[in-house]
Amino acid sequence: MAEKTIAGQIIHINDEGYMTNPAEWNKEIAIEMAKEEGITLTEKHFAILEYLREKTLKGETLTIRKVGASGIVDIKEFYQLFPGAPLKLASKLAGISKPTSCV
Amino acid sequence: MENNPLKKVLIICAKANLEDVYAALVLANGAVMEGIEAKLFFTFFGLDAITKKRMNKLHTATVGNPALRMPGGLPFPTLLGTIPLVEAGVSVMMKKEMNKLDIPPVKEFLEMITAGGGEVYACKLAADMFKLKKEDFTEEVIDIITVGQFYEMAGGQGTQIIFV
Repeated sequence: MAEKTIAGQIIHINDEGYMTNPAEWNKEIAIEMAKEEGITLTEKHFAILEYLREKTLKGETLTIRKVGASGIVDIKEFYQLFPGAPLKLASKLAGISKPTSCV
Repeated sequence: MENNPLKKVLIICAKANLEDVYAALVLANGAVMEGIEAKLFFTFFGLDAITKKRMNKLHTATVGNPALRMPGGLPFPTLLGTIPLVEAGVSVMMKKEMNKLDIPPVKEFLEMITAGGGEVYACKLAADMFKLKKEDFTEEVIDIITVGQFYEMAGGQGTQIIFV
């Protein structure tokens, strides 16, 4: 586990760059982390990040299908908003751990 | 050793047992989720998985499937599997269990894969053999292609072909 200063705050991250304490997360951190990934966050991005955080705090396993059924975005949009590996990338920016589901 | 990450997978599905089709779908969707280019190629009996009339009625075999168990864990008697509707019932139960894990029906799974940029193809030889045309297939199917066209898609470093 490493410490990193981002948006003027100290956060704890693991080897893969995922935050280890979701409570340390805030919007400014997400904006800065997204910049490193080449993404400018919009309201829609934040709606997804909040959704992922909420589900994770409830102990639910995150899947792409769930995000698609969230009413925030469809699956195609999700891939466009977080290009490449959307669930992993969005989880990273949401300050939660790496998703463990296979779907 | 140099680190050469996987960039592209081509997955061939040649069977239409529920479990085989899902193995192919999970592999393809999993690749797309990781940002890996994925192409799914259905051939022979696997065509059932993309044929509109059949794709959401796939079964798991209750005869000749030694790993099949009763809900309590006891072995599933082969003779029981020969009774009409038992195979359908077992398949419905399996689909219910999968749905609990957020594994969608075949059609929805294909939609998820293509929404993420994955591509779905049908094999020309098998389509000719079963007398199936483009309109018989679900709209996620891009084209009916030959084995030669399939190999043309397989070029490039970091490509793997998986046969189910």
